[in-house]
Amino acid sequence: MTTREISYSEAIREAMAIALDSDPAVILMGEDIGTYGGAFQVTLDLIDRYGPERVMDTPISELGGAGVAVGAALTGLKPIFEFQFSDFAALAMEQIVNQAAKLRYMLGGEASVPVVFRMPAGSGTGAAAQHSQSLEAWFGHVPGLKVVQPSTPEDAKGLLLAALADPDPVLIFEHKLLYKMKGPVPEGAYTTPIGKARIARAGRDVTIVAGAIMLHRALEAAEKLAAEGIDAEVIDLRSIRPIDHETILASVRRTGRLMVVYEGVKSYGVGAEISAMVAESDAFDYLEAPILRLGGAEAPIPYNPDLERVAVPQTDGIEAAARSLVRGEV
Amino acid sequence: MADPDNRPFAIRQYAPDQLREALRRMYLIRRFEEGAEQSYMRGLIHGTMHLSIGQEASAMASCIELSDQDKITSTHRGHGHCIAKGADVGRMFAEFFGKETGYCHGRGGSMHIADVKTGNLGANGIVGGGIPIAVGAALSAKKLGRPDVTICFFGDGANNEGAFHEALNMAAIWKLPVIFICENNKYGMSTPAAYATAVPNIADRAAAYAMPGVTVDGNDFSAVAEAVHNAIARARAGEGPSLIENLTYRWRGHSKSDRNRYRTKEEIEDWIAKDPILRFRAELITHGILDEAEAGAIEAAAAEAVEQGIEFAKQSPAPSVTDVTRYVYAEA
Repeated sequence: MTTREISYSEAIREAMAIALDSDPAVILMGEDIGTYGGAFQVTLDLIDRYGPERVMDTPISELGGAGVAVGAALTGLKPIFEFQFSDFAALAMEQIVNQAAKLRYMLGGEASVPVVFRMPAGSGTGAAAQHSQSLEAWFGHVPGLKVVQPSTPEDAKGLLLAALADPDPVLIFEHKLLYKMKGPVPEGAYTTPIGKARIARAGRDVTIVAGAIMLHRALEAAEKLAAEGIDAEVIDLRSIRPIDHETILASVRRTGRLMVVYEGVKSYGVGAEISAMVAESDAFDYLEAPILRLGGAEAPIPYNPDLERVAVPQTDGIEAAARSLVRGEV
Repeated sequence: MADPDNRPFAIRQYAPDQLREALRRMYLIRRFEEGAEQSYMRGLIHGTMHLSIGQEASAMASCIELSDQDKITSTHRGHGHCIAKGADVGRMFAEFFGKETGYCHGRGGSMHIADVKTGNLGANGIVGGGIPIAVGAALSAKKLGRPDVTICFFGDGANNEGAFHEALNMAAIWKLPVIFICENNKYGMSTPAAYATAVPNIADRAAAYAMPGVTVDGNDFSAVAEAVHNAIARARAGEGPSLIENLTYRWRGHSKSDRNRYRTKEEIEDWIAKDPILRFRAELITHGILDEAEAGAIEAAAAEAVEQGIEFAKQSPAPSVTDVTRYVYAEA
């Protein structure tokens, strides 16, 4: 399979084009995804190639639009619904949480809702409190949903195609700061399995679990630490629900230290789940230091760029925290 | 020119067998609801339930032209819709009794009763929750080139949910084959529709979404059937959605916790006197579709079917408690 360098958003667009070409039941829905190409230009030109019957602009009706996608998925279509910003999914919680997630169960396995929700997420764009959140943990709390968070262009494509092949609702949290990032992406169709983490950098001294933009900051921090002889293992979480227990626990057993880095608000988040999972397992016996969480501030995302920067983990903070952890200073 | 046919719409439109079957299902709904209520009082059903006694014409006349390919979405007060769409009362009782043989294998109960295979996409515990879903089902029909229509039932309470407005707008701009049927039974739990809704008729809201809106006597089988017939014809012709408001009344309280403090005995008695089943039965007899003896036999058969359904539910096995997480996700 030939691989070339394309951006994260191009990889997502390529996955959608493959899906539209191969399955007549696939449609795209969302606000301004047609001629405008979506707020982040991810669906750019798809309306020219597939027409407005398959690339449907929706009115600004997040609750209704998500519900239409759920009803369509229940009856034979495979909608890919783009929230313009994942924050706006708050308007559609009813349909995502009460309907999409529960229909299969409430109906005793007699219904299937193969809908994909694309969720542009994260801070760093100066868009302030209502356009910058990282809400993936909210949805990770809901049985019936699957929640993934690609960190690379390759996974952005592979996880979208896996989500489409999945008979259950999948939410894909795409980090806005990654849309322009380039990376190697195989041509053609392939899937990245949902529920499998990836060891992005092997190491011996500390396990750092991170996803989306935090993966890249953790990798950068790991390179700096390597220069001083600290060898960090960095795990790309990729999937929040289901979560890959085995990869994380095996890594902690090897390194004896765990740090979880995530952009969502620190308390009650992804870090709490991973920390508890390790604390409840035999991997706990291997720990040589307390578990450390690095998460978002207990505040909405602020507008001022300096405030915005300190509201979520940055490379220098990850580096310093990992160093302290390995040196036994925590 | 021949004399104009002044008979009610349903008598003119449907074959005698169809009309007799409609009466049978209306009795089945009534006896089912009574059977469910008694089973609840005997402790055979836990949780709560919302009975539709008094609303049988609305459910049955709305569904009389539907095939298994046509879809419905229903509400928390959905037992009648389910039976009108053709469900088996034994499997319904089994669901209410929490049994593995129930439509939802005991996972859904009264508020999530469904039968996807026959086009019933389910009752819904969230007021207005099924409205966008119905529009999605209509979108599927249109995109996949299927001729089916979707009937979306909801109550007067739901017409003040945002989901109602968003969904009607989308159905209209995309000209989708969906019929919105508001069963206005005067109260959203205890709150009068007249208090909670700014327009005098809920059907008036159709104007905001450029679709036809009509208010009919929901206890008049023929009036409902004619309105729905016209809306289905419009939907199948690709002309888009319609809104129909069926004025009706629930004889029982909102749910099992209701102490009826918001309405008078006289009001309830007035509506009981407008029994939609007795009215339809009399109409069928007047027009020679059946006689008293046949009507009595239909009524007795419905009672018998309900007894058998309850017995089936009692005898059915419960789900295994080790299967609590089964059906959360598709099985590999």
